[in-house]
Amino acid sequence: MSYNTKELIKNAYRITSQRGFTALRIRVPGGHLEASYLGLIQDIARRYGNGTVHLTTRQGFEIPGIPLDKVPEVNRLLAPLLEKEAALGVPIENFQAGYPAAGTRNVTACIGSRVCPFANFDTIALAQKIESLIYPNHYHVKIAITGCPNDCIKAHLQDIGIIGQVEPEYDPGRCIACQACVKNCRQFIVGALEMDNYQVQRDGKRCLGCGECILQCPMAAWTRGPRYYRIVALGRTGKKSPRLAATFLEWIDEKAVLQVIANLYRYIDRHIDRSLPKEHVGYIVDRTGYQVFKEELLEGVDLGPKGRVARELPFYGYSYDRNLYMEG
Amino acid sequence: MGYKLTPAGFGALLDELATNYQIFGPVRYAGKGRLAGTDLTTYGPVRSVSDLVWDARTTFAPKEVFFPVKESLLYFSGQEITEPSLEMKETLVFLRACDLNAVSRLDKIFLANGPEPDSYYARRRQHIHFVLMECQEGFPGCFCVSMGTNMATGHQAALRLENDHYLLQALAEPWIALGERYGQPARVEPVWVEKNPLTVRVPERVDIALFQHELWREYACRCIACGRCTLSCPTCSCFSVQDVIYRDNPERGERRRVWASCQIDGFTDMAGGHQVRADRGDRIRFKVLHKIYDFRRRFGINMCVGCGRCEEVCPEYISFARCVNTLNQLMEVQGRDA
Ligand code: SF4
Ligand code: SF4
Ligand code: SF4
Ligand code: SF4
Ligand code: SF4
Repeated sequence: MSYNTKELIKNAYRITSQRGFTALRIRVPGGHLEASYLGLIQDIARRYGNGTVHLTTRQGFEIPGIPLDKVPEVNRLLAPLLEKEAALGVPIENFQAGYPAAGTRNVTACIGSRVCPFANFDTIALAQKIESLIYPNHYHVKIAITGCPNDCIKAHLQDIGIIGQVEPEYDPGRCIACQACVKNCRQFIVGALEMDNYQVQRDGKRCLGCGECILQCPMAAWTRGPRYYRIVALGRTGKKSPRLAATFLEWIDEKAVLQVIANLYRYIDRHIDRSLPKEHVGYIVDRTGYQVFKEELLEGVDLGPKGRVARELPFYGYSYDRNLYMEG
Repeated sequence: MGYKLTPAGFGALLDELATNYQIFGPVRYAGKGRLAGTDLTTYGPVRSVSDLVWDARTTFAPKEVFFPVKESLLYFSGQEITEPSLEMKETLVFLRACDLNAVSRLDKIFLANGPEPDSYYARRRQHIHFVLMECQEGFPGCFCVSMGTNMATGHQAALRLENDHYLLQALAEPWIALGERYGQPARVEPVWVEKNPLTVRVPERVDIALFQHELWREYACRCIACGRCTLSCPTCSCFSVQDVIYRDNPERGERRRVWASCQIDGFTDMAGGHQVRADRGDRIRFKVLHKIYDFRRRFGINMCVGCGRCEEVCPEYISFARCVNTLNQLMEVQGRDA
């Protein structure tokens, strides 16, 4: 058997624990798909795979048990899914050749405002926009998008996590001082609201922009102001040093978000250690230091009047050095 | 008198009106809805014909135009107390039949309930004039026909949007003169909504024994006491009083009244911390009976006008209509058993 494993991996196939068989990963940008594609996935799994499908943590489908010699045939079947990618704006050269890259992972998203009332925006639409910006690409990057700081998509475990923000706007003339917003923010969020002389005061630097005060207010005294995004950066799992992402930028607009992501790829391109088979972006930053990362990611980015950037990324809270705290 | 107007003609009519009146009506505020990507339709200044929203119910009722959410009652400075004066332009309010009926309920509470009319309400109310917006078929949750509020009186003019033009029924000046100037004479008969998908049967009488019924226990678990049902209701009139001491000068301040809701925790708190109706089921009972029974015993008409807002705004899907229908069934069963 002769197969180029590097090429297979770039084609979104895996080297699996079953010799001679592979598993195909199907991208679903934003984790949302017309149900009509399920027939195709079922068909591949039944005819070429072992009849099962795995739902991946990155919101794709993984079809295991495909004989390696069937890869070209399966790739031809993927044309409708690649056409869907192309419709998002992803440049696809050959619709018969399967996925053109797998390093940059599927962009995941929580269900967002199409379903979830907490969401501050349509996360799926942004995921699809970002997919067209960064795919195909071999650099190993994980991006996730979440509609509010509940972070149901676990943006804090990604290289780049994008969290929707909204600036709440207050009309004192409509506020009846019921305290619903104040109590809720104090009990469940960051306590950015205080009642003072029957008026609500918001501490803009504490406020997360989660929008819950808007949801709570029975008077529409709080309404939606402009939409913004917070970016949490450099979270990761893994065998070396897992950590939660930390806030890198906040209160920036969509244009700035897209620019920062484009800059991330340029940064990787400049600094990646090409002597290694692959280098994950988090480890590149471990080498260059945060200041270089920050400078290069912000090149040409207009943070706008409200935008804030982190001085440092405070990673703490988790350690693999278990000898520090385990008994025995 | 009836008139047919083009949108341009009606626009010119509004422009002329705006020189003497402030005009309020249902207006859509893009992106201002509670949920991301939704609009808020509510009462606001109408600047052009296209501002008027015909295809949605307003979240809040027109009452806020003449019963402000917050109103200063008096100012104090040391020992001196002054009442704020009011200079108010004549005001036109575009509204639906149910909401116009609701105004008569508010008038009863503020003008005919106590020994004296409420002067703050009265002095605004006298400047308010109404234009009826005719409903073609109502909105989900409306039950005006059940409440007899699908028809209305007391408006200066009625307006209907029909395809690409407006039909105006001018019942008083300045509308007749305006119709002559900006429209073509036409036969315009008022049209009223004749049926709603939702029917509500209000019981003639509610037995005191039902106060303890398990029906209210269910609401005690379901209601989150947010107050939306009452704050959006066109007939709720409750307010609380705030004494505000100015931060920059503690010698000065003001007393104001602010809308309140019997459904929100703390509303019935008395000095000493005793809550009259701490239980949310009890509060819903109080509200529902007030709307369909207690008010009627005092004034001869039901308070509720079937606008359907409380149905629509409740985040917990608590249906006022279902509650009233259940009460009616319970009373019917009781009637049969007796
Ligand atoms: S992260 Fe927020 S918006 Fe997204 S699903 Fe969770 S609660 Fe909803
Ligand atoms: S947006 Fe969230 S954090 Fe900010 S004040 Fe409102 S509830 Fe609090
Ligand atoms: S929830 Fe709305 S009405 Fe209540 S205190 Fe907050 S802003 Fe005021
Ligand atoms: S009780 Fe409900 S349906 Fe009746 S007038 Fe009030 S908001 Fe409208
Ligand atoms: S709107 Fe619903 S949940 Fe809120 S107070 Fe009224 S009945 Fe209770």
